[in-house]
Amino acid sequence: MSTNENTTPRSRGKAPAGERVADWADGRLGIYSLAKANMRKIFPDHWSFMLGEICLYSFIIIILTGVYLTLFFHPSMNEVEYHGSYVPLQGQLMSEAFSSTLHISFDVRGGLLIRQIHHWAAVIFLAGMFVHMMRVFFTGAFRKPREINWLFGFLLFVLGMFTGFTGYSLPDDLLSGTGVRFTQGAILSVPIVGTYISMFLFGGEFPGHDFVARFYSIHILLLPGIMLGLVVGHLILVFYHKHTQFAGPGRTNKNVVGMPLLPVYMAKAGGFFFLVFGAIAALAGIASINPIWAMGPYRPDQVSTGAQPDWYMGFAEGLIRAMPGWEINFWGHTLVLGVFIPLVLFGLFLGLIALYPFIESWVTGDKREHHILDRPRNAPTRTALGVAWVTGYMIMLIGGGNDIVATHFHLSINAVTWFVRIGFFVGPVLAFVVTKRICMGLQRRDKDKILHGRETGTIKRLPHGEFIEVHEPLSQEALHTLTAHEQYKPAEIGPTVDENGVERKVKGSEKLRAKLSEAYYGEESQIPKPTVEEYKEITSGHGHH
Amino acid sequence: MSSQDIPEENLPAEQDNAHGGVGVVDEKNPFADPGLPPHEHRVQDIDERAAKRSERAVAFLFTVSMLATIGFIAAYVTIPADKSIFVFPLGHISALNFALGLTLGAALFCIGAGAVHWARTLMSDVEVADDRHAIEASPEVREKVFSDFRQGAKESAIGRRKLIRTTLFGALTLVPLSGVVLLRDLGPLPEDKLRHTLWAKGKLLVNMNTNEPLRPSDVAVGSLTFAKPESLEEHDEDFQNEIAKSALMIVRIQPGNIKDKRELEWSHEGIVAYSKICTHVGCPISLYEQQTHHVLCPCHQSTFDLSDGARVIFGPAGHALPQLRIGVNDEGYLEALGDFEEPVGPAFWERG
Repeated sequence: MSTNENTTPRSRGKAPAGERVADWADGRLGIYSLAKANMRKIFPDHWSFMLGEICLYSFIIIILTGVYLTLFFHPSMNEVEYHGSYVPLQGQLMSEAFSSTLHISFDVRGGLLIRQIHHWAAVIFLAGMFVHMMRVFFTGAFRKPREINWLFGFLLFVLGMFTGFTGYSLPDDLLSGTGVRFTQGAILSVPIVGTYISMFLFGGEFPGHDFVARFYSIHILLLPGIMLGLVVGHLILVFYHKHTQFAGPGRTNKNVVGMPLLPVYMAKAGGFFFLVFGAIAALAGIASINPIWAMGPYRPDQVSTGAQPDWYMGFAEGLIRAMPGWEINFWGHTLVLGVFIPLVLFGLFLGLIALYPFIESWVTGDKREHHILDRPRNAPTRTALGVAWVTGYMIMLIGGGNDIVATHFHLSINAVTWFVRIGFFVGPVLAFVVTKRICMGLQRRDKDKILHGRETGTIKRLPHGEFIEVHEPLSQEALHTLTAHEQYKPAEIGPTVDENGVERKVKGSEKLRAKLSEAYYGEESQIPKPTVEEYKEITSGHGHH
Repeated sequence: MSSQDIPEENLPAEQDNAHGGVGVVDEKNPFADPGLPPHEHRVQDIDERAAKRSERAVAFLFTVSMLATIGFIAAYVTIPADKSIFVFPLGHISALNFALGLTLGAALFCIGAGAVHWARTLMSDVEVADDRHAIEASPEVREKVFSDFRQGAKESAIGRRKLIRTTLFGALTLVPLSGVVLLRDLGPLPEDKLRHTLWAKGKLLVNMNTNEPLRPSDVAVGSLTFAKPESLEEHDEDFQNEIAKSALMIVRIQPGNIKDKRELEWSHEGIVAYSKICTHVGCPISLYEQQTHHVLCPCHQSTFDLSDGARVIFGPAGHALPQLRIGVNDEGYLEALGDFEEPVGPAFWERG
């Protein structure tokens, strides 16, 4: 990589070794055109752009540590008697999967550390994706041309959840086995095919002798293989589209302002990988995660109280806990709505994420590329919808831990459950209304700042005795930044009668879109940004008011 | 779904047009883009001594990383795997794990901190602008692609020779079926497997803890006893599958307090036996409230009233726990009088 100063014609033989290697590679791989486009590629700077990096790095850490774990883990449900160095479980019957996990934790030096790094990194990976998706959502970075990359990210999030689930189920401990049982119970609720899927997945009745080996190949091969492909695609698209940026002086929809990949982002991003890895390693050194020896091996007739999945499955857990136990029996069949509805809601609720960019682009009818990010306040309806979704998610997360909430805060479990049941419907609506109002309020404040300047805190007394606060006009940079966002006008259906007086049929979808557009961009949903005329009228006359 | 019917003029104007050209300070438009602000120098850019300090800081961090790696190896070699130490506020933890985690963490973190400090203080921080290019191809390229495609399609004659096209689609549609068929042996068909457990007439109720057959006198009022069918042993090949269906909860209730008529009939001197497996999604129920005879599943908090046919009184479970009909044999041991009359555990489509 030392070829960046190669300006003279290639003189093979005399050139330094690095250049000769690069020439050799270019002759076979054509790396120079790639390097030309990317070596000094410009990336904009903002703290929120690091969130995606956290996901990428934790994914790499998970793969590295995961490969190490496969060297010691035995994905088998064969029953063995334990004779390792963890005394309290001596002589107990357990699966080889559980006993090899004990072996990794107590007999392989550093094995516990790698296990804990692997698990912590998985938890952080999912949390990172959640926050990264919020960043992309609330700034509108999913708009054209990035809708497909949004879908890649969505798939990574969903696949990450299932990779996590199949992973923490592998040790075959009492806690994870309970989670697998819950999954099997949920599968049984699927109409018509539920029992068949369950029999095929578990190789017979639950728990059987197969699921650890099957989850193992799903966890280490199938899902990570797909995810690796998606991650590579995700990154290629980030490079290809060039990164979005916030509005500011010199930053337009047609350029990208920042610093070059080599050297600044090589150092910053490369360094950040080590920061993330180091932080997770230290965390794994001091904070225990999933101490399977404390739970013991899985037995279908035993359970511990306070059983919780990893956080990213907590929302599914909440759905299943909050749902009333509806069952309909008819013609010798049972429709297990009490379990099946949460299962469907789980899919629908996540599916909304995937759909959203297409809904918004349909409402706006906007086919242009967007590379300038929105400030969340400048898209009140989108921001409010996002906050409503997150509120629903969080309420279900509370529902997933209703027993923990009840015992820690000394509340009745019934009260917590009812709070969650009602909150799931009321919470998002409240969050929507409140968020939209806050956004509008912030827009009004921006407008005030633009038209009347910044409050300086300096109080001045006028000759006739009146006190006023001095407002300092904003710089042109600030004025531009605050007014750079676009504001849509609500779409109208247009005349229903054409120029010849013939009545045009208005489609239902068109009416719906006009309604949605009004809800998104009508007078109730955004404050018109100040115009140049307004600004001049106020600033030309008497300065401060 | 044709979005084309929104006229272009309804969309907001492009920023660049709305605010005039980049970098032009426009007297008429105070909101115009003033262009990139001038670069502000850092102290390291103008003071070589500050730059040297930064250099030393970066080198220091890299050196700490090297020392931490040596520390990692030393800890690996010297600390026994079973040594535990007390660390405030973590409590007693594995000394090896603690030492390895902190040294590895420091070794990695310092590389990162050094690299970031280097980038922030010594590498150029001049912001530059790069042009973006439209993702969409030009109309000429688009036209070329379509004409190439039409040409290729024409040369293959796939549109004209319909027989080939139809049979090809047929073959491609059918071939994945082999893959689906191959999945058939993943497991057996459900048949009536979920309807039967090991319980049968005459099977003794064996205490799960003592592994001894239970007598009525072993079951006291207010206690919760877990039982399994006789001859099911932990070492059995199918122990996990069988216990997942036949695990039993036994309690004694004053016969006068049993509200459900059938429950009373199926009990013995107030001793009732219920499936331990929750009818919601199959967790084992294990919490018993002596006064009310309620049992609670710790997984999802479904609550059942054992004095009233184990009906659901709270939580997400959809139906009552199945009861096992019990009696006493000639030798005075509790025995089952048959299998459960309905499937145990979570409900499913064929349950009915």
